[in-house]
Amino acid sequence: MTFALLKTTGDVKDTTSMFYTVYELDTMKGGNSRCAFSLGFLVGTCTLYVFLRQVWFEESFSWQRDGKNLTPPGPELNNNNLTQRVDGSALINLKLPHQSGEDGHVADELFRNVRILCWVMTGPSNLQSKACHVKATWTRHCNVVLFMSSEEDRSFPTVGLGTGEGRDQLYWKTIRAFHYVLKNHGNDADWFLKADDDTFVVVDNLRWILSNYTADQPIYFGKRFKPYAKQGYMSGGAGYVLSKEALRRFVEGFNTKVCTHTTPVEDLAMGQCLEKMGVLAGDSRDTMLRETFHPFIPEHHLTGKFSKTFWYWNYCFYPIVEGPQCCSDLAVSFHYVDPLLMYTLEYYTYHLRAYGYRHRYQPPEPAVLDPPSQTVKPTEVPQTTEEHVYKKSSNAVKLRTEARKTFQTEKLTNGTQKGNSMDSSLTSRHQSQE
Amino acid sequence: MMSEGCSFMKGMFLGGIFCLVMSLFGTFSPGPQGDGHLHHHLKPVSKDELQKLSEAQMYDLTQQVRVYCVIMVTPKLLVYWATANDTWSKHCDKSVFYTSESSKALEALDLQEDDEWARLRKAITHAYENAGDLRWFFVARPTTFAIIENLKYLVLEKDPSQPFYIGRTEKSGELEYVEYDGGIVLSYEAMKRLVEIFKDEEKCPARGHALWKMSEEKQLATCLKYSGVFAENGEDAQGKSLFNKKSVTSMISDSMGKNPNDVVESCCSDLAITFGGMPAGQMQVMMYGVYRLRPYGHDFHDSLTFLPPKDSDND
Repeated sequence: MTFALLKTTGDVKDTTSMFYTVYELDTMKGGNSRCAFSLGFLVGTCTLYVFLRQVWFEESFSWQRDGKNLTPPGPELNNNNLTQRVDGSALINLKLPHQSGEDGHVADELFRNVRILCWVMTGPSNLQSKACHVKATWTRHCNVVLFMSSEEDRSFPTVGLGTGEGRDQLYWKTIRAFHYVLKNHGNDADWFLKADDDTFVVVDNLRWILSNYTADQPIYFGKRFKPYAKQGYMSGGAGYVLSKEALRRFVEGFNTKVCTHTTPVEDLAMGQCLEKMGVLAGDSRDTMLRETFHPFIPEHHLTGKFSKTFWYWNYCFYPIVEGPQCCSDLAVSFHYVDPLLMYTLEYYTYHLRAYGYRHRYQPPEPAVLDPPSQTVKPTEVPQTTEEHVYKKSSNAVKLRTEARKTFQTEKLTNGTQKGNSMDSSLTSRHQSQE
Repeated sequence: MMSEGCSFMKGMFLGGIFCLVMSLFGTFSPGPQGDGHLHHHLKPVSKDELQKLSEAQMYDLTQQVRVYCVIMVTPKLLVYWATANDTWSKHCDKSVFYTSESSKALEALDLQEDDEWARLRKAITHAYENAGDLRWFFVARPTTFAIIENLKYLVLEKDPSQPFYIGRTEKSGELEYVEYDGGIVLSYEAMKRLVEIFKDEEKCPARGHALWKMSEEKQLATCLKYSGVFAENGEDAQGKSLFNKKSVTSMISDSMGKNPNDVVESCCSDLAITFGGMPAGQMQVMMYGVYRLRPYGHDFHDSLTFLPPKDSDND
């Protein structure tokens, strides 16, 4: 066909006739060929386009990206193997995650000295919607992690407690979970934290609080509520942590039938059992008496004005503070945290910061660590109005350590009642300081 | 049949050639990037560089890099205005609220101007004339949250007597501009040139063209371009953008979709400077999250120290 085309081109006059000739040729004998040609043209274009796109454009794309997201899964898996291992249903964290450029040696030391086992109350229907985000965020900072469900799930992994699901099963799950934890991991940790799958916990800050105590003291901490128990009890949703001795006494309580399943209201029942077993309800506030465990999300505590008829007012053991002083800088927990907020809080806590900012609150270093190393800070810009902050906090520390010492000796020798009287004297001491 | 096959093959061959030619044209058209690329990305000074400086030099730098915040408000944005007043603006060395009309509730400089571009011009002129010894300017609406310390770190060893126009850059045709919602950083020299070119009605008209109205951010970029000042994208050492026009939750949410295995790491910079479109309550949470909430035992031995502002209790 093409040859025929070439031959007939010559005379301009004849071009139109040429076209007609070609056209006639095509339509009569080679209509199919023309179709085939066009089809071939199309196919050729498309094939080469796809080929080029794959080869050329992907290359240049990868250059622009700095190769960040293109790291093959291999090295990542290796990293996971280095920092975490799975032991049956438990996740064992071998070391703390660190940001690039940070000096985390104090946190690392606390990680070794104040070992915390975190168990998270969850259920089969929450694994992919809530528990997985807990697993991806704050539980990486615990020493040991366990996810407690009614059913076992080997892949997540979760422990099967053999209960049902639902609010009425909460205390059963709690009882069984704590029994499981003492039996299987009693030696792997010093403190045992219970949290929900919508609780966000800053485990490093929990270690800071607990470092002032020892695991053989019968004591537990959380967001303290006052009703229904003489020494109060700790809110379940905000999370609470038991010392090893407290855990032993809890299990023993059930062995000796001093404690039984009295009510499905898990946190209240825990509080009552622990009180019976002589475990002390500790004060988890920081050295400026600000709360660390929180039963709601940060926005609520920082900006909300609780209505005067809200139950919260009658429940809190310590005076409620609304506004920014509601919450310690070294907050330990928040509750009703959805997955989006979970990642946001992880970002705020561990990632986002103000460069060079000297925090107002300078927490005292816990006694369990070696004396602070003598590294002189490179810049000592003259302090002006902030010095009063230092003085205040160190006074508060003195006060609390004194109170705690007398506290401890009293508690260990006697039962609950004596503890309560110590408690009231402690509060009166605080008031006299104010 | 053979002839059809032949034509098909010829067609394919020609198609391939055609495609090759077209793609070659395609890659050639952007052409040499030229000077645009040289000043495109701006990063903070490296840690090594900072460590070389002496204590005295460090102190001088801290004093030098002081920021004048130009916050453009309207009574409609009263809640944001109040929140910005109560939160991040306290960390500016000087923060002035410029409003379209005054409000009894809050203090601001009333520019008595409805047109947004005209208002911005007035505010910039006023800020330049009242700068005192401040050499860096940050322009934002109260719906943007800014971490001024991180801004200072970004511009630390940059010379404010050079023209700088920094933020989250976007391209509109040939014009590269800084997005308003991510906040706009201008050096003293850039402000000087702006104030100068404001007088030129042709290049930098006061009222804009009646027919088609460009947004203020683009008008600003145009005026600056005529003064020889070009937009630069502020990024951290890893190339992550420091200025964001989206809110934190929006960005985390995006990251949950795109990178579910590494949500926080691949989301936002650790030293981010701005987030836009934040609801007021979330700004208070951010204040707490940035300036207070932290894990005990993790220290960054930053080469600079910025003290907390006086008369403030949420930071």
